[in-house]
Amino acid sequence: MSTLKTLNGNQSVAEAARQIDPDVVAAYPITPSTSIVETIAKFKADGLITGEFVCPESEHSAMSLCIGAASGGGRVMTATGSQGLALMWEMLYIAAGLRLPIVAGIVNRSLSAPINIHGDHSDTMGARDSGWIQIYSENCQEAYDNFIQAFRIAEHLDVRTPALVGLDGFIISHSLEGIQVEDDEKIKKFAGEYKPVYPMLDTDQKKTVGPIDFTDYYFEHKRNQIEGIENAPKVIEEVGKEFGKEFGREYGFFEEYRTDDAEVCIVVMSSAAGTCKDAVDELRNQGKKVGLLKPRVFRPFPHRKIAEVLKRMKAVAVLDRSSSPGAFGAPLFTEIRSALYDYPERPKIVNYVYGLGGRDIKGEHFKEVASKLERIAKTGKVEEIYGYINLRE
Amino acid sequence: MAKLKDLAQMEDRLVAGHGMCLGCGIPLIMKIVLRATEDPLIVANATGCLEVCTTIFPRTSWNISWVHSAFENAASTIAGVESMYQALKKKGRIPQDKKVKFLGIGGDGGTYDIGLQALSGAMERGHDIVYLCYDNNAYANTGGQRSSATPVGASATTSPSGTQSPGKLQRRKDLTKVMAAHGIPYAAQASPGRWKDLYNKAKKAFEVEGPAFLNVLCLCPTEWKYDEAKGLQLAQDAVDTCVWPLYEVENGKYKINYKPRKKKPITEWLKPQGRFRHLFKEENASVIQRIQKEIDEEWEELNRLAGFSQQK
Ligand SMILES: Cc1ncc(C[n+]2csc(CCOP(=O)(O)OP(=O)(O)O)c2C)c(N)n1
Repeated sequence: MSTLKTLNGNQSVAEAARQIDPDVVAAYPITPSTSIVETIAKFKADGLITGEFVCPESEHSAMSLCIGAASGGGRVMTATGSQGLALMWEMLYIAAGLRLPIVAGIVNRSLSAPINIHGDHSDTMGARDSGWIQIYSENCQEAYDNFIQAFRIAEHLDVRTPALVGLDGFIISHSLEGIQVEDDEKIKKFAGEYKPVYPMLDTDQKKTVGPIDFTDYYFEHKRNQIEGIENAPKVIEEVGKEFGKEFGREYGFFEEYRTDDAEVCIVVMSSAAGTCKDAVDELRNQGKKVGLLKPRVFRPFPHRKIAEVLKRMKAVAVLDRSSSPGAFGAPLFTEIRSALYDYPERPKIVNYVYGLGGRDIKGEHFKEVASKLERIAKTGKVEEIYGYINLRE
Repeated sequence: MAKLKDLAQMEDRLVAGHGMCLGCGIPLIMKIVLRATEDPLIVANATGCLEVCTTIFPRTSWNISWVHSAFENAASTIAGVESMYQALKKKGRIPQDKKVKFLGIGGDGGTYDIGLQALSGAMERGHDIVYLCYDNNAYANTGGQRSSATPVGASATTSPSGTQSPGKLQRRKDLTKVMAAHGIPYAAQASPGRWKDLYNKAKKAFEVEGPAFLNVLCLCPTEWKYDEAKGLQLAQDAVDTCVWPLYEVENGKYKINYKPRKKKPITEWLKPQGRFRHLFKEENASVIQRIQKEIDEEWEELNRLAGFSQQK
């Protein structure tokens, strides 16, 4: 029987970790993800998990340990965010290149400088080409559910790609919420037993892991790796459906909120989507045809599926909680705009950067965005394609 | 003590066909170290000559399981493999009586410099691993740049000798002592020129419970620029001049394993090597004096530590 528990985002991830009980957890503390690591350490101290818990001297070593452990042959996880993820950067690519299905809980936080401990997506967006699957969570329940599914997705034989689950720093990591925690046994069964493909610890069969490629093989190996993440959508879909059947909460690539007859649409990920839903409800009460699309999976990017929803809108605003200085728009925007390119009928589309360094985004801001979209829809004219929300200029 | 004949009959764990230079000290060290345990062995290798020269895809020279992930993290990578071993044993997925040994390997760049933090962390956490540094005094794989193991006066590409410089000005980092200061059960310094000593140390390192560190002087004809036929003599000169003393630190106690009957002057070590050639110009005489003085001091200090350990 599932039980309703009051947990914050970090506790939700730690709870999922306890239930899955990975063979090795190697993680280093950083605000606001620290309590994931502390909670797992305490689980270990109290004998509630049987896997090894290692707290190394840096995130670089944490990911290196994960890589060593995963090539040893077993289930592996870590947790971090912000500077920690940045310090892991080199090793993220290596984990993906070696096809090791490591799972990471990432509490999204801004990147220095200036140093700031609050939530934005700069960290994971900076890692968007590292080859990792990226799944984002709106609330504690989703963080818990996503974290469990991530193992199944990453470890699937057709995928064999590391996966990270993002939750917004403080806004989710430290907010208490009533969440459905499923039975230990059911989660263990859902996660299943992981059978590593080339475990080094099976010493009867020798493996050389991570040899050097020259110009003759590197490209093909990279192509193989890309195929792994390209195989992920099918698995993400299956696992999301199975999760729904088992626990009553089904997951796909994104969530549509009141988009059916919408003429304008806001696209926003993670915690801000919750606030946006309230704003959409209010606007709907006023008779405005506004909808929300909340991407859940950012890598692999569900470009066709998202475009199929957005193509019939008159105007779309993509809200990014990170920036890509000097680029033509922030990461989510460039993906979506590019996804729509092939459609002869497509909406006008604008991009707003919001919430850097944990800056609040409120209902009123979404309403402003919606009224801008309505103006664009009506006039067919975009005056500013790129702007900021709740920023002092 | 194993006989050379018996050792020679053991199966090679690093087989022929690799691309290391003629006269390179690495295969020499590997031949001995990899034979010092009969248990299954897993290696994590830092980026560097050994890694690059032994695993050019689709070939491998490794007859055991081996992993390379990056330059600065052989210690944390092998610690990860060892952690998985401990976990799977506890969970009953590896038989209780199955023994596996874990060896991290890096050059001096990957160990003294960029990998020092990861190494220090792994040693402090007490993983049951051995870490082997093959110290060829330079970043050889990338063309001979300085490391913090490069000795005073050596010309390296990032500390070249020139009209205004006698080569590297800074003293070597004494990494073996740094490792011993971690309070690990075993840290030792060895040279392939004295294979029995190296073998004994490697065997001890594999046998102790907890982390062990081996620092082995590694001949590098390419970067040291000497006649490769004379490599083993040079390795012997390194210990006879006390440039590379053979000692071990077992549970905090220092022991010198070899004392030259008559300490050779430093020039015997410097002279055959092209990287020190410029030191023999008149204007650099003071550098040679400095090197001799520092080597003398270090040797004296080591003797003091060993003497002190004996009294304990
Ligand atoms: C983070 C990082 N920085 C730099 C390099 C380039 N690099 C590869 S091997 C190497 C030098 C290795 O020197 P050492 O550890 O002494 O081993 P050796 O080459 O002597 O075998 C360098 C600088 C790298 N691979 N990764």
